[in-house]
Order: sequence, then structure tokens, then C-alpha cells
Amino acid sequence: MSPDLAPHATIYALVGAALVGLGLYGLVARRHPLRRLVGFNIMGSGLFIVFGAAGMGPLGPDPVPQALIITGIVVAFSATALITALAGRYAALTGRAGLPEETPPPEGGAAGRPEAS
Amino acid sequence: MTSGVGSVAGLAFDLALGGLLLATALAAVAGRNLFGGVVAFVVYGLLASLAWVRLGAIDVALAEAAIGAGLTGVLLVGAVARLARIGAVEPAPTAPVGKALAALGAVGVAGAIALAVLALPEGRPGLGPEVARNLEASGVENPVTAVLIVFRGYDTLIESIVLLAALVGVWAASLERDWGGLPGLRQHARPGGVMATFARLVPSIGIVVGIYVVHAGAYAPGGAFQGGTILAAVYLLAAMAGLVEPPAVSRLPVRLALALGPAVFLGLGVVGALGGTFLAFPEAVAGTLVLVVETALTVSIAATLALLVLGPPARPSPGGAP
Repeated sequence: MSPDLAPHATIYALVGAALVGLGLYGLVARRHPLRRLVGFNIMGSGLFIVFGAAGMGPLGPDPVPQALIITGIVVAFSATALITALAGRYAALTGRAGLPEETPPPEGGAAGRPEAS
Repeated sequence: MTSGVGSVAGLAFDLALGGLLLATALAAVAGRNLFGGVVAFVVYGLLASLAWVRLGAIDVALAEAAIGAGLTGVLLVGAVARLARIGAVEPAPTAPVGKALAALGAVGVAGAIALAVLALPEGRPGLGPEVARNLEASGVENPVTAVLIVFRGYDTLIESIVLLAALVGVWAASLERDWGGLPGLRQHARPGGVMATFARLVPSIGIVVGIYVVHAGAYAPGGAFQGGTILAAVYLLAAMAGLVEPPAVSRLPVRLALALGPAVFLGLGVVGALGGTFLAFPEAVAGTLVLVVETALTVSIAATLALLVLGPPARPSPGGAP
């Protein structure tokens, strides 16, 4: 354990590392786009925690990582919104809630079906 | 660190919270039911904001609770409902070999990061002292706001433009006939039900809290992103209860609200460039300029976040083609 990292910051930094692993597993091993999105968000959040906890010096939290993390949270949200919109549109067009090579074709072929509203 | 019983209780709390974070993240990633996974993710986000409080990063805790857990949760719950409505076929699960390989890779990455954390060099000064030395010149007292708007203004300016670009991308996922129309589906809430009543009670408090958080950002945790998110959440609540009808996204006031923040920030940056440095604020008026930028950003952030959650236009504009 690095001596100048407060013990609780070390705990959170290690938890953050494990969260990155969990999120990465979800992103790679799960196939539903929303599940992958949850994995992507947990991976990002875990990385933020590692970054924030590593920025905990003996003088308390460093404001620069904090500002970068706030920026990161907002950018991750933008990406999440974009991906949900794309996944919804793709599902409406093809009847599939996943990538074509991982998802069986919908019964009766729903291609070009207008979105139910 | 404080010593004695308080410190031991604190460490016990941190260990328990760390365990809960891992358990909720596992449920979100590996749980069987997709909706259950999304709910676990929202719980995870709220626990993560508690972790930020423990780390002393209150500004991040506010952003994580409002955006990471709140808005992302609403977005994902809406997306689950939309895919279910369409009746989209779900992908086949990954083969066990693929899962094992993914798990192996994930453990490797997590292990590498953990080793890097434990190998951090001693006596890292960080940028805290540097920020503290220059804080007076920034015109605000909250160091995080000073970094966001003054010291690393580039990041925040480009971030506000990233938000806009994402919104244009979301709009582009609409059908041809709905382009520029009303975002999201028509909302139905039982009049006098919990949702409608809640949405009538909360906004008056929420708007005051939102504006306070923006204003407090100058000297205490808060700022344009956290306050703007609260304002967006208040609007979304009213929209979901059917109390307000979101405007067609092609309307000029909507476009102006979206562009105001980046435009003001960029404009002041260019003025600064004429005086020597892009995005530099003259020290005498820095505090006022930060307030101007934060106010304009709040309007745009609130509008952009609310429209990102409402999603692509799904109904044609009532006034015909825009």
C-alpha cells in the first residue's frame, strides 16, 4: 500500500479496479445492447473511482481529477443517450435487439416495420 | 486521518460500501433479468455517489447521483420499455467458452489496474497546491468550479459541444416524417395519481434547489452541470406526468436554449483571445464572467439533458413541416 494514500482511498481505488473488470465483462460477454451499455457505464464509473481515489493526496481531494471526472460523467451520459437511441431505432427497423450475427432473425421478418407507438 | 474508534468505524463503513458497490455492479452486469439489471445499476449509481462523499469529492457525488444514477436510469428504463414494446428478438447468450475468456480478460485488466494503484509513487504533490495558489485569480472560491470554467475551460467548452453533438445524433435516429417533431411518445399519467401529484409538488422546490446549486458552485460544491441536471430532472418529471408537452425540437426557442451556453462560452473565449489568450478571463471581472458562463451553460445543459432523455422525435410537429 502506498504510504501517502489514505487507507480508505486505497480501498476505493481497489474497488474501482474490480468495477472496471466487472463492467468490461458485461461489455464483452453480454450481448443485449442495454446490458452492454450498463457494463460500459460501470466500467467508466470504476475508472473514475480509481482516478478520483488516486488523486487523494495528503492534502485531501485534488480538484483537477474531480473536474475531469465531472466532465467524464457528462460525456458518458451523452454516449449512453446516443446508444439507446440507436439501439431503439435499430430494433424498430430490424426487429432485433442485438447485433445481426448474435441475434436470431425475428419471426416473419420485421424489416422495415414502422415503430409501434 | 483521525485516529481511534471513528477511524475504525469509518474503515468498516468503507469496506461495507465497497462490498455493496461490487454486489450491485455484479447484479447489474450478470443478473438474469434485464429490467432488474437496470434497477441494480441505479442503486449502484446512488452507492457510488456515497463513495464520492467518502472521498471528499462532493461535486462529483452530486454529478454522479444526478446524472450517473438519475438521468442514466431514466434513459435505460425507457429504453427497456421501448424494446419490449417493439417486441425485438433478444440476442442469443454468449457461449460458455466466450464467457470464460471474457472473465479471464476482465480479471487481467482489473488486476493490472489494482497493481498500478498499489504501485503509485510516494509523495505525489498533485495539482491541488497549484490550483490553491491561483484560486484568487479565478474569481471563484470553489476549486472544482475554478478548474472547470477557468483553468481547464477547454474541457468544459468542448464537453458542452459534445452534449450538442450527441443530441443531434439522437435526433438523427428519428423517422423521416418525425424529423424536427415532438420528442418522445405521448405520456399518460392518471390525473390525481401519485405521478401527477408528485409532479405538481416537486417542481417548485426543485427549481429553487437547482438554481441554488448553480449559484453555490462559486463558493461551495455545485455548479452548472449539477444544477442544470436538477432543472432537467424537474422538467422531465412534469413531462412524464403529462403536465407539460415538450416542444417540437425544430422550434427556435429550443435551438436558442441549446446553443446559448456553448455560444456564450466560445464568444467570451474569443474576446479573451483578442486580449491575448483564448478562454482567459481578465482577473478584475473573472468572478462575474464565470457567473455569466455558468448561467448560460446551465440553460443549455438543462435543455440538452432533458431532450437527450426524451429521445428522438417520435411524432410529427403539430404545425406541419418545420
